[in-house]
Amino acid sequence: MLLASQPWVQWSWVRTHLHVIRHEVWQHLLLTLLAVGIGLLITFPLALLARAWRPLEGPLIALTGTLYAVPSLALFAVLVPFTGFTTTSAEIGLVGYTLLILLRNMLAGLDAVPDDVRDAALGMGFGRWRMFTRVELPLALPALFAGIRIATVTTIGLVTVTVFIGEGGLGAMLFQGFQNTFRTQEVVGAVLVVALAVAADVVLVGVQRVLTPWARGRA
Amino acid sequence: MIAGVSASAIGSWFSEASHWHGADGIPHRLAQHVEICAISMVIAAAIALPPGLVLGHLRKGGVLAQNLANLGRAIPSLAILIIAVPFLGIGAHPAELALVALAVPPLLTNTYVGMASVDDDVREAARGMGMSAAQMVWRVELPLAAPLLMAGLRTATFNVIATATLAAEIASGGLGQFISTGLEVNDSVEIVCGAILVVALALAAEATLAVVQHAVVAAPLRQQRRARQAPDPPEEPSNATVLEPA
Repeated sequence: MLLASQPWVQWSWVRTHLHVIRHEVWQHLLLTLLAVGIGLLITFPLALLARAWRPLEGPLIALTGTLYAVPSLALFAVLVPFTGFTTTSAEIGLVGYTLLILLRNMLAGLDAVPDDVRDAALGMGFGRWRMFTRVELPLALPALFAGIRIATVTTIGLVTVTVFIGEGGLGAMLFQGFQNTFRTQEVVGAVLVVALAVAADVVLVGVQRVLTPWARGRA
Repeated sequence: MIAGVSASAIGSWFSEASHWHGADGIPHRLAQHVEICAISMVIAAAIALPPGLVLGHLRKGGVLAQNLANLGRAIPSLAILIIAVPFLGIGAHPAELALVALAVPPLLTNTYVGMASVDDDVREAARGMGMSAAQMVWRVELPLAAPLLMAGLRTATFNVIATATLAAEIASGGLGQFISTGLEVNDSVEIVCGAILVVALALAAEATLAVVQHAVVAAPLRQQRRARQAPDPPEEPSNATVLEPA
């Protein structure tokens, strides 16, 4: 059937393919969580290093910024000769794109701790470790979460592009619909990607509110 | 390097005569790529700049401008590209639609924020000098908003050039064709060379716009270019100038 004459969503297909849809949503979520998680594990120590030794900040931002500027299809495609059509290729690319966002926000968060507060904590006899875990980290959380939110939403969009190296989550459904000229698949894929991004953002805002009770009134 | 992507392989790919002629040659595909991007940017600017300027001047609709930027981040270009095909046909048009949708949010948000963040004292002074609203926009606010506006233009252009690579997947040509062909026939040299061409074009556009920015931004404001690299403001992930991988 010609695409333009198809209904936007053929609900009978949706009903019979719920397990497929659920599988792709799960794949999409997994690829995203893994990317943002690994991104956090990489950038957290880097941010601390850059604050312990400031000259490191420039090169780190330049390096992650360059990575950020490479077109996604190109980056994924370039990885194929090395790591093949695998989840590893997809994750290397996806993690790469989270680094700049997370790093910049972590640094902004650490810089946002007022000197007065640090002085007060020092005066109260806080050591380095307690200063970090009890004062600096909590105060850096809002900026850190802003970074996690941007990174998550961006990654959810980027996962669709990994369909060209055999991954893709909902992007795979989207592209299959294109190849089969079946609009329902395209629409379900596209709508769920956006819904997933919005849902993830809402969940992260909720987590942030729980973790930073003192900031609730201000937001 | 693994899989035969050596510097010499890349060199010989670029020096092969057949890659420089005909419809599949670099010049033609480069021209296609530039054309798709230029058309998209012009349309996006026509859509984004007027409301950005007006709303920023009136300082209304800030929530809309910010949410549009966030929404733009959430909608994948690939989805727009694919869903638009039955309406606009295979070719350049769905690509242009997706690219316009990609470029409008940073342009609109940055224009709005640039206009809305003009100092109140300055606006007061302009009014005190008897300027009309139009004079104020053109002679006071727009020049002051120029650094942020240009940052939005650079972000949008960079993203559009990078994302136009995806357009090759729906047969609208451009430099992405080298990458998609390379993926199809498993030719890693062609993939890498295609990627090099896209990155080179994006960097060239970035350099060109940097020169334009230097020309249109008043000298005392040029330091504000740094605002482009300013970290995201805490609390809200709504930094108007954030770059996005495309």
